Amino acid sequence: MSCLLQLENICKSYPGVHALKSINLEVERGEIHALLGENGAGKSTLMKILAGVEHQDKGSIRIDGAEQHFATYNEAIAAGVGIVFQEFSLIPYLNAVENIFLGHEIVNGFGLLRKGEMREKAIALFDRLGVKINLDCSVQHLSVAEQQFVEIAKALALEARLLILDEPTATLTPSEAELLFDIMRELKSQGVAVIFISHHLEEIFQVCDRISVLRDGANVGALTVADSDIDTLVEMMVGRRLEASFPPKPDKPLGDVVLQVRDIQLTRNGPHNSFNLHKGEILGFAGLVGSGRTELALGVIGALPVVSKDVLLRGQPVNLSDPAHALANGIGLLPESRKSEGLIVDFSIRENISLNNLGKYESAVHLLDRHREDSTTADLMKQLSIKAPSCESRVLNLSGGNQQKVVIARWINHHCDILIFDEPTRGIDVGAKAEIYNLMRKLTEQGFAIIMISSELPEVIGMCDRVAVFNKGAIVNVLQAGDINPQEVMRHATGSLNSEHVH
Amino acid sequence: MNTSIKTMTAQPNRMKINFAQLIRSPAFYPFVGLVVVTVFMIFASDKFLTGANLENIARQVSINAIIAVGMTCVILTGGIDLSVGPVMALSGTLTTGLMVAGVPAPIAILIGLLIGVGFGVGNGIFVAYLKMPPIIVTLATMGIARGLGLMYTDGYPISGMPDWFAWFGRGTLFGIQVPILIMLLTYFFAWVLLQHTRIGRYVYAIGGNEEAVRLSGVRASRFKLLVYSISGLTAAIAGLVLSSRLMSGQPNAGVGFELDAIAAVVLGGASIAGGRGVIIGTLVGAMLLGVLNNGLNMLGVSPYVQSVIKGAIILLAIFISRQRHK
Repeated sequence: MSCLLQLENICKSYPGVHALKSINLEVERGEIHALLGENGAGKSTLMKILAGVEHQDKGSIRIDGAEQHFATYNEAIAAGVGIVFQEFSLIPYLNAVENIFLGHEIVNGFGLLRKGEMREKAIALFDRLGVKINLDCSVQHLSVAEQQFVEIAKALALEARLLILDEPTATLTPSEAELLFDIMRELKSQGVAVIFISHHLEEIFQVCDRISVLRDGANVGALTVADSDIDTLVEMMVGRRLEASFPPKPDKPLGDVVLQVRDIQLTRNGPHNSFNLHKGEILGFAGLVGSGRTELALGVIGALPVVSKDVLLRGQPVNLSDPAHALANGIGLLPESRKSEGLIVDFSIRENISLNNLGKYESAVHLLDRHREDSTTADLMKQLSIKAPSCESRVLNLSGGNQQKVVIARWINHHCDILIFDEPTRGIDVGAKAEIYNLMRKLTEQGFAIIMISSELPEVIGMCDRVAVFNKGAIVNVLQAGDINPQEVMRHATGSLNSEHVH
Repeated sequence: MNTSIKTMTAQPNRMKINFAQLIRSPAFYPFVGLVVVTVFMIFASDKFLTGANLENIARQVSINAIIAVGMTCVILTGGIDLSVGPVMALSGTLTTGLMVAGVPAPIAILIGLLIGVGFGVGNGIFVAYLKMPPIIVTLATMGIARGLGLMYTDGYPISGMPDWFAWFGRGTLFGIQVPILIMLLTYFFAWVLLQHTRIGRYVYAIGGNEEAVRLSGVRASRFKLLVYSISGLTAAIAGLVLSSRLMSGQPNAGVGFELDAIAAVVLGGASIAGGRGVIIGTLVGAMLLGVLNNGLNMLGVSPYVQSVIKGAIILLAIFISRQRHK
């Protein structure tokens, strides 16, 4: 059998989540195998298990027919698995040679480094890849693509027979990606197997041999590139599921434009984006992880520096140069990570809610009035049904859903009427999700305007009145009510409409 | 009728919460430590528990305790201020020097305090706005302040202040020594500031999660600038008290004082990472150090050994506080 890697019946559960449900995967020698799936489909978990970082509850991993039990990352490496993670693991201040041999330096009998020999081996490795890399400068000065090649060389130095590339093209320019594909083909001809994770479907057709699709932690199928097309793949990734736990969308025309963002550019040479937000609507920011949705939102409120932007609030130009300006103009953010960006976990519910509005409780001599703080906290807890023993409970001890509501309460307390919700239901249970959805609808009925950034397709489809779809930092399309369906969102998000999109 | 029932039922509840809060307070274990060490000293030396000795301890503690007020504010935000010792010395020499040169005393004192605040503002600008690490910034200003003090005095102590100047360091008011009063007053203001104003709330919030504060629309940098200014001010107040007590402006005073102040803060139960701690704990921590100094001296323990014992106690205290937070 020419099967290099064989995964059989891999299962993995986390508390409350069935992350992988008996996954099977076979990769042959000299094959480039694409692994496809939406965010949260289980790709990363599977790759972590392959790398020995996580451990499966059930199932077997075979390499060359021999069953493997990777206790650690190092054991996986020793068995011939090489992984290039999205976040590089290079030491920026060391050069390419030093990075490649980091942890397994070649030394002489006195324990001193044999620099010449390592350098020669590094040159041989890059020859094998067919690329030229400056070996003398520290890797921080290399381009992202070159750093990636160093990562690949590092894996090959350890005699990797199976190379896993986790979204390698996400940060590359098209010509750099071409170079990477050449390397992949070269390695393939040398008998190395490659698992290629990418969201960009056209790349998969360009370079891969076979495709496996995961959805919700389960195998959907494996097929050869020759037998598939983009529509089939999208269909397989998205499926036909839509949960009915969403409150009904209002059957009303859009309200007035409250927020107009024109020509916002985050980085030099980056795309220019524009969008409008209407009163009483939920505007979705959909797209893949890393497609620039959060960055754009942070740029709008001034939490990230921008090259240029032009913001009109109810027709009046406003200067939002930091989050304090945004707050003063009634714009609030529910950050992506509520524990590290949204809450002060050691603080009580009361202190977290009044955080940005303490002036409201100050007496003439600038002392805080605890009783008024208590009473508004109690009111808001009732209004948003925050469940906690008292308003003095530390938010650390609350459930995810209640924590999220505390952050929402903070903005409502400050009379913000434009709210940006970044992944509002991440990591919270189904019941709490439904509560957040209902709350969002209630707010929009009261005239709030909401931007919802979400990587969960069902939620985007079920909640949003309009959806701005992001692809590589640009809003590629704004879908109106009738066009919001999973296939349409995914097609725009994965860029597979590009060819049809030429005007 | 209704209201009386309400208060009746609310009362015991409140008591219970207060007791639980007492134990949870970061100052609780430091206080237990202080009691234990004090009881030990009472049994070990019959001269320890005399009014004169206790007053002596409080006076000796006052300088470090005053510096530790500003240090507490800085550490609560997750920062550190190493410049307090030299800033104290510079402020003391400047005040005394100006006074001797004929500048009216109130103005000389004011300038002395302002130079402390000025150094604090400088530290704050570099840390809060230029985003430099506090340990580096204050290490640098530590050297600058020390050097400026030595330049100003040419390395010699300043003397010849009017006799009444000794009041700040040696006088009494209402039968209490003035340094102790100044210390208590500083702690009272710090307590009000930290517990009952928005500044205090942000000091804790920044130490807890600066990014969350920033994203909630609060300009955290202003409050960071402020805590370093407070630290400069309390160092200057300590400089005033010290130069008054010695009746001399000593450019070399305060060597190692930053470490004593940090020790008091940490012994008082504050987290060096910020966000946790109470001002009263710092007072307890400073007193604990003072009782140890005084008691070990009375027991005739060599200063070399004392240093080892104090170091070991700090390690133990931090170990215990880390266990509690796990």
